[in-house]
Amino acid sequence: MNMNYLEPQGRGAVRDWIFSTDHKRIGLLYLAVMTAMFWVAVLLGVLMRIEQLTMGPTIMTPATYNAMFTVHGVVMIFMFVVPGLPAVFGNFLLPIMIGAKDVSFPRINLLSWYFFIIGGALAVASLFLGAGAPDTGWTFYVPFSLRTGTNVSLAVFAAFLLGFSSILTGINFITTVHRMRAPGMSWHRMPLFVWALYSTAWIQVIATPVIGITLLLVILERSFGIGVFDPAKGGDPVLYQHLFWIYSHPAVYVMIVPAMGAISEIIPTFARRTIFGYKAIAYSSIAIAALGSLVWAHHMFTSGMGELANTVFSLLTFLVAVPSAIKVFNWTATLYKGSTKLEPPMLYALTFILLFSIGGLTGVMQGALALNVHLHDTYFIVGHFHYVMFGGTGFAFFAALLYWFPKMFGRTYDRRWAFAAWPPLFIGFNILYGSMLLLGLQGMPRRYFDHLPQYHVLHVAATAGSWIMVTGLAMLFTTLLRGLLKGSKAPADPWGGLTLEWTVSSPPPLENFEAIPTVDRAPYAYNPGRTS
Amino acid sequence: MSVPHRDDFGARIGMWLFLFTEMMLFGGLFLLYSAYRSMHPLEFHAASEELNVVLGVFNTLVLLTSSWTLALSLTAVEKGETRLAKGLLAATILLGVVFLVDKGFEWSAEFRHGIYPNGPELLKRAPGEVLFFGLYFTMTGLHGLHVLAGMTLLSVALLKLAQGEVKLGNSVFLENIGLYWHLVDVIWIFLLPLFYLAA
Repeated sequence: MNMNYLEPQGRGAVRDWIFSTDHKRIGLLYLAVMTAMFWVAVLLGVLMRIEQLTMGPTIMTPATYNAMFTVHGVVMIFMFVVPGLPAVFGNFLLPIMIGAKDVSFPRINLLSWYFFIIGGALAVASLFLGAGAPDTGWTFYVPFSLRTGTNVSLAVFAAFLLGFSSILTGINFITTVHRMRAPGMSWHRMPLFVWALYSTAWIQVIATPVIGITLLLVILERSFGIGVFDPAKGGDPVLYQHLFWIYSHPAVYVMIVPAMGAISEIIPTFARRTIFGYKAIAYSSIAIAALGSLVWAHHMFTSGMGELANTVFSLLTFLVAVPSAIKVFNWTATLYKGSTKLEPPMLYALTFILLFSIGGLTGVMQGALALNVHLHDTYFIVGHFHYVMFGGTGFAFFAALLYWFPKMFGRTYDRRWAFAAWPPLFIGFNILYGSMLLLGLQGMPRRYFDHLPQYHVLHVAATAGSWIMVTGLAMLFTTLLRGLLKGSKAPADPWGGLTLEWTVSSPPPLENFEAIPTVDRAPYAYNPGRTS
Repeated sequence: MSVPHRDDFGARIGMWLFLFTEMMLFGGLFLLYSAYRSMHPLEFHAASEELNVVLGVFNTLVLLTSSWTLALSLTAVEKGETRLAKGLLAATILLGVVFLVDKGFEWSAEFRHGIYPNGPELLKRAPGEVLFFGLYFTMTGLHGLHVLAGMTLLSVALLKLAQGEVKLGNSVFLENIGLYWHLVDVIWIFLLPLFYLAA
């Protein structure tokens, strides 16, 4: 039998990993670093919630609180949700799913991981070095980010490197999809996760350089005072906001589209039914990528852009909800009359649909100009964002991890514990972020270290929710860790999936396929006789 | 992966995608330029008059010539004339040096007049002129860094040419570096009118 990719390759344990250009190993390298960073950011989040447990100072100073929400945001966004599904599952699965032996540029793939860990190390260093942790929020808005004495330049440079890592991954994926598909793997036979990664890669390639230059300008402004963002020299802070969101809004689709792709894999497998509306789901990923790059200024309705711009961006914002809704309807239609089986990945995938819908709809609400003025910069935004990013991408990440875990590690985890982790995770999540939505409607501003008495009850509830949720998280990760160390051997296709990754052994052979397969059917052909 | 895998077309796709990212990188700056110029048209006009058009045009010719020698070098490789290709590639690198030296003279002259970011003379000017020079130094500086990166890559290509790694039938490396160099050239073609000829 063929050697699998996890077996030693003869260069010593460490070098086998950190110099490996195998896309599967690189995927796991990302997973290891991201899991660590995820827990750092979770910890910061929990500490912030403890601070809000009482009125007045509880466990930290206002300055510390500012640093915490900044670093929580920077780490979660640039080191977990943006790279999350593409860097881990995309790297691991994309070549296997299209019947290839690796990505187009394996060495550049490894290079992008190095940019990722260097960026991550600098982000962590900015917490501790000299001038103190950055306190601007993850948006680095000028002019405050130019005036504050904290480690903004270092944090911004870290984000720049992480962006470069993201660009290289995007270039790799686009080229791989165009050049490396197995014979017979036509565009309309590609798994939907691949379509999602492909759309995402285009956003990464086109949008990320804009944040790159914006962040470089912040560094130049702080180091040399070039003036382009400094109002004292004639610079216009609103232009900074434009440039920032030209990337950072598309970036939220970098975060969510691959998650939707993973859900599109899991639903048909556990419904034993071909996906409903394959092409609609595939092209709606492209539509999200295209429309999503035209809505950035809805973050700036209160920045004084003018009525016309506000109206246009409000309209476009409503439009971008359509392709997302197309996916949700198609997933539910796939479930209809399917032979559904509730395994852990399916449970988390269904939770994704519910929580993402709440997140999406609260987002559409903010597209309405009049309501936006009321909700802007309140906890409503924070709640909405976490419903989309944690309820959406986070839960999809867990679903994907539970779904592909046996494939990646060749071991199984304890299903009962994976189920048992769900109630605290789900209930805690909704108490925490549901309270935030209500607090925002009542007018609680975001990024305040303290709160007034009328908000106290909901703040206490949110903090309690955070403890329940973290309990669930800990249970989930412990379950997976135990599976990794002690799990029984996984079969090649534990769930009855039909895409190519399930045709190879678990864990996959070193070179994925002994012979490149020839593909002669659609990806989810559970109903014989149908072609799509 | 241990399997040797060669895909020239794929390598070209990768390079073009990278060039897109470069365009978007400079695109952000061009966007800022457009916005500020429409806010301060007169001050941009006045500031532009202080730049040395002769040096700017000279540098344009230098870069255009370097793109020409590079294209010739690639053709020479494809015809198997390695010696000629090496000479032309060396000429390209040399022209890059000329460009940077010229740029250095320009910058140092401006610095001597107190025209640099946060410079005493510059800060006395109107906001539009401060912005003009802020953008000028940022954009020509970033472009200069790209010239430097391009020269480094060209040197690697020269080395590979000398070692026979780039040769007839396997020239995609040089071709891709050429694409990058041409892009750096094209960006300069836009910088020239926007800064030197805006007056």
